[in-house]
Formats: sequence, structure tokens, C-alpha cells
Amino acid sequence: MSALLRHGRYVLGENPVTAVAFGLFVVLILLALVGPSLAPHDPLASDTARKLEPPSARYWFGTDQVGRDILSRVLVATRLDLAISLSAVTLSFVVGSGLGASAGFFGGWTDRIVTRVTDTIMAFPLFVLAMAIVAALGNTLANIVYATAIINLPFYARMARAEVNVRREAGFVEAARLSGNGSARILTVHVFPNCLPPMMVQASLNLGWAILNAAGLSFIGLGVRPPTPEWGIMVAEGAAFIVSGEWWIALFPGLALMLAVFCFNLLGDGLRDLIDPRRRT
Amino acid sequence: MSALLDVRALTKRFPVRGSERRVHAVDDVSFTIERGESVGLVGESGCGKSTLVRLVTRLLDPSDGRIVFAGRDVGVIPPAQFTHAPERRLIQMVFQDPADSLNPRFTAFDTIAEPLRRLGTPAQRAALADHVAELADLVGLPRELLGRFPHQLSGGQQQRVGIARAIALRPRLLVLDEPTSALDVSVQATILHLLAELRDRLGMSYLFVSHDLNLVRLLTDRVLVMYLGKIVESGRSEEVFDRPAHPYTRALMSAVPAPDPAARRARIALVGEPRSPIDPPPTVCRFHGRCPDGVERCTREMPVLRPGPAADHLAACHFGFAVGAPAQGSGARRSGGEPAA
Ligand SMILES: Nc1ncnc2c1ncn2[C@@H]1O[C@H](COP(=O)(O)OP(=O)(O)O)[C@@H](O)[C@H]1O
Ligand code: SF4
Ligand SMILES: [Mg+2]
Repeated sequence: MSALLRHGRYVLGENPVTAVAFGLFVVLILLALVGPSLAPHDPLASDTARKLEPPSARYWFGTDQVGRDILSRVLVATRLDLAISLSAVTLSFVVGSGLGASAGFFGGWTDRIVTRVTDTIMAFPLFVLAMAIVAALGNTLANIVYATAIINLPFYARMARAEVNVRREAGFVEAARLSGNGSARILTVHVFPNCLPPMMVQASLNLGWAILNAAGLSFIGLGVRPPTPEWGIMVAEGAAFIVSGEWWIALFPGLALMLAVFCFNLLGDGLRDLIDPRRRT
Repeated sequence: MSALLDVRALTKRFPVRGSERRVHAVDDVSFTIERGESVGLVGESGCGKSTLVRLVTRLLDPSDGRIVFAGRDVGVIPPAQFTHAPERRLIQMVFQDPADSLNPRFTAFDTIAEPLRRLGTPAQRAALADHVAELADLVGLPRELLGRFPHQLSGGQQQRVGIARAIALRPRLLVLDEPTSALDVSVQATILHLLAELRDRLGMSYLFVSHDLNLVRLLTDRVLVMYLGKIVESGRSEEVFDRPAHPYTRALMSAVPAPDPAARRARIALVGEPRSPIDPPPTVCRFHGRCPDGVERCTREMPVLRPGPAADHLAACHFGFAVGAPAQGSGARRSGGEPAA
């Protein structure tokens, strides 16, 4: 354990960009946990007398068209946006890499079925597919997560398949068989863990994409419903006011969204370095 | 007592992608290995050595033929089930590339412990750390390196880990697929020394695959010479090396720098391309076209392994031991059809 900590410190020390991304990630997680108690105002309380106020000492991020505090709404939304993207990415990571790894390892009909399924999903424009799924299944939080997971699934399946494929004939796989491992154990204990480092990069890139996807669904009215604070809806609602000069309504949730995507995209390489023993000194 | 390993008419054909044709990687190969005996397997790259040892170690299914180990036909057990067969622990292997054969995420300790954890006796599993430390001592791996990952070890240390893993279950047959060819020259000697010592200490039989004929001569009792999927010559090592009967063996031998300059042979250069291993014609000698002694008969009749004057010495050439065989390297009787030199 202490070796792992030392390694973690080493990776962060060697790579300041990763350190910044990790710092940002910690901040995001903290906001998701305690955001609601940090919010200076009630994120749902409207006050039409104070609507469309620009950023001020009282309302740091200004107020929106019904007088709600934008700072409070941005803070509170962190939890929901992270929860949607994290659970969607986890779901598609688990299912997608399980399918892809089996396809790459066992080949034959397993491979043909998995390849056919992923190709079918990829044949659609993915965001349109997510829209269709939410529209068909109903506009609930769970369905947003499923839709996001499904459109992410092919990336993991393909990547796991390719990563497993290049290792299935490695010497250590044959050695594992000689040591008494059955196929299932070889795949789960010997092959798959070695595929994790490159897949972590994909996972964190996907997190950013999943956040954008969830926000995008809300933006076009298919995701989370108002008045729930969510970055995508807030950008959508604020967009109409940019032309009339009330830029702060869309800007701040947009910045939060961008920061989260930025953080996840930078996180990938660091995560890979953290879990790859070959980068250990 | 019967031989430890008795391989009969073993054959492995790989399908060629997108066609009905087959690569004849191992073709009708028979040989035995006695208890405690070391057998060398030599032949150029691509002749099927690795395929043959993967059949013997039950990592691959044979297309045909039998693999009888300690009296039981293990060739019929599919690789997946062989994992749980009692013979699994008795047939082990050391791989060519130590870096590739070690799981990058396993420490040396975990790699050596793996066979004991999976196939060891309850007593071995109970005293796992002691056993692993003992094995490390046995292969000359400093105990303090047991916590390291493969990338933190040198090539020689990696191969010691691979050897410790292979002998952990005290196999009776240890297959060594070019165990030193990926190592620095300076380390090769110490690893070979270790292997020779381990064999004598643990009483294992070796099937030793190598390019290096001098090594094979030093380390083995008997040798098999393979060419394009077939064994073309076999016999006691000194016999084969001193009096090679097959033109291919003679060419191999002539390329070896002999330690004694007086014994140095004129180098026989092989010309022409080797034949394709894909569906080779069954009536043509596989060496024909490159063979300096080939004649028209070699395209009509596949030579079979035939005994020579010395006990146990076999060669598959129409003129192998024959009196009045074409002079070696003369090339005078080359039949038409092969590419010009
Ligand atoms: N899995 C496989 N699929 C198809 N062809 C193979 C496979 N493994 C080996 N071969 C072919 O079998 C022949 C023998 O290969 P190999 O046993 O690796 O030779 P060696 O170890 O003597 O270099 C080669 O022609 C090789 O291309
Ligand atoms: S049978 Fe003919 S071609 Fe084959 S090795 Fe002998 S002489 Fe050469
Ligand atoms: Mg080989």
C-alpha cells in the first residue's frame, strides 16, 4: 500500500498537468459531495424581482430569468452531472469491456456476435441514438444513464477486444495455462488486468463525453427536466439571453461543464500511469 | 520400463486464412524421450519446433497422432481439460522470451507461486512463501528480488524466474524452447549451466530446442533434426554431430564454428528457397531444391527415416548412409527445377 502511495506521489510529481487534473478532479468530487451545503442561496427559489441580475457581490454568478442564484445552481448541479456520467461510464465500461474481452479471447461465434452488435450501434449517429432511446423509453434519470451507457459501449468493446487480442497468444498466457489456469481465469486474472492501463485513458475521455452527452440531452429537452439544476439545461435556458446581453446565465454552467470535460480528458494519462506497474520505478 | 514420452506420428496442420489449404507445421513426427534423458531439437526458424513443443506441452491440439506420457495417451485430452489432468504438473516449459513469458503485473514471487497455488499439494500451498524462497535459491535468484515486477529485473533474472516457475511442481519433462536465445551472450552460459545443474539435481528429462548446435551437443544425449515439419535425422548427439547422414544436417554442421580447427568442415552453402510448408506434395523430399545432393528420384519418392550403421541413428534421405552416395556438396547431380544459385 505504501509502495502504491509512493508511486502515486511519483506520477503526480513527474507530471504537473496530471497533478492539476487530479486536483481539479478532487475539487469536483468534493463539490458533488458537499455542493448543496456550500450553495449561498436556494437553487430552486425564484425571485422575479431580482431576475437577470448580472454578477455582483451578492450573486457572484448573477441570477437567471426567474431570479434564481446561478452560483448555487452550478454548485448543486455538480452532483447530478457527475453521477450521470460516472454511472453511465461505469456501466458501459463493465459491460463493454466484458463483451469485448470475451470476443477477443474466445474468438469464434462470441466474437462474431459482439462485433455485429457493436457495429450496429456504431452505424447510428450516436447522439441521435441516445435521443431516440430516451424518447422511446421515457425521460427519466435511469434512461439517460442507459442511453449514455449504450452509445459508449462500442468504444469499450472494441478497445477491450483489440487489447485482449494482442495478448491472447503472449508467452505469459501460455505459461498461465501450464501453471494450471483455466480459460476464464486466464482472461480475468492474467490478460484483462494488463489491458486496463490503456482502457483507463479511454474511460476518462469518455467521462467528459458522457457529461456533454447528458448535458446535450437536457439541452434539447430530452434529459433532466427543469427546474432541476443541471449544467446542460442551464446552458440551454441561458442561450436565449445571450443575444440580449445576459451572458452570465449560460457562461457559468458552460464553464463548469468545460472544466469537468477538460479535467477528465487530462486525467486519463495520469490514471494509466498510476495503474501500470511498468511505470513504477 | 516404457519411455517417459512416446510421440507417434504426430501431425499439426494450421488452416490458411480464407482457403482450404493447410500449413503442415508438424508432419508425421515420431520420437521418444526416456526418463532422465535430454533430447535436443534443432532446425531453422519456421520448421515447426515451437509447434511441436506446444503439442507436447498440450498447449495445442494435434491434428493427428499420439502423445503418450508415462504410459497414458494425453494427446486426446483437449488443452482446456488438460489443465486439470494429473500430468499437467509433470510437463512444464521454459519459454524463449523471458520478458514475454512473465505477466507484467505479477511480481517474481507471484509468478513462481502461481503453479503452486493452482496445482500444488495442500502442504505446498500452506508453506507457499518457504517454497517460493527455496525455488529462488535453487535457480540463483536473490530472495530480495522476489518483490519485483518483470520490468525491474534483468533478462537473466527474468529467465531465472521463468525457470523457477517451470520447476516449481517438480516436472518430469521440462521443455526448453530456445531458453537462452533472447539473452545477452554473457548471461547465456550461466543460464545453461544452471539448467544442466537442475537437470542432474532434480532428475528431469529435457526436450531442448536450440539453434546453437554446440550447445545441443554439450547438453543433450540425443538429437532430433527437423526440416519443414519433419524429422530428417535423429540419433545419439555425438554420432549425429560427428557423422551427420542427412545433407541438411551436414549443411547445418558445416556452418558451425568448430572449436577444433582441424575438425572444421568445408562450409556447405544452401542455395535456393525452402519449399512452402503449405500442402507440400507428399512424394517430394522436403529438402529437394536446396539439397546439394538432390536427384530426380527425390521428386518421386519421399525418403523415410531409415537406420544407419550406428544404433539408434536414423536419417530420412535416399542416400543418407548409402555407400556411394553422391559426394556431399558436389551439386553435380542436381536435378532441374531448383532456382539457379
Ligand atoms: N497458430 C498458427 N497458425 C498458423 N500457422 C502457424 C501457427 N503457428 C505456427 N504456424 C506456422 O507453422 C510453421 C512452424 O512454425 P513454428 O513452430 O513457430 O517454427 P519454429 O519454432 O521452428 O520457428 C510456420 O510456417 C508458421 O508460420
Ligand atoms: S532425399 Fe534427395 S533431396 Fe532429400 S535430402 Fe536426400 S538427396 Fe537431398
Ligand atoms: Mg520457435
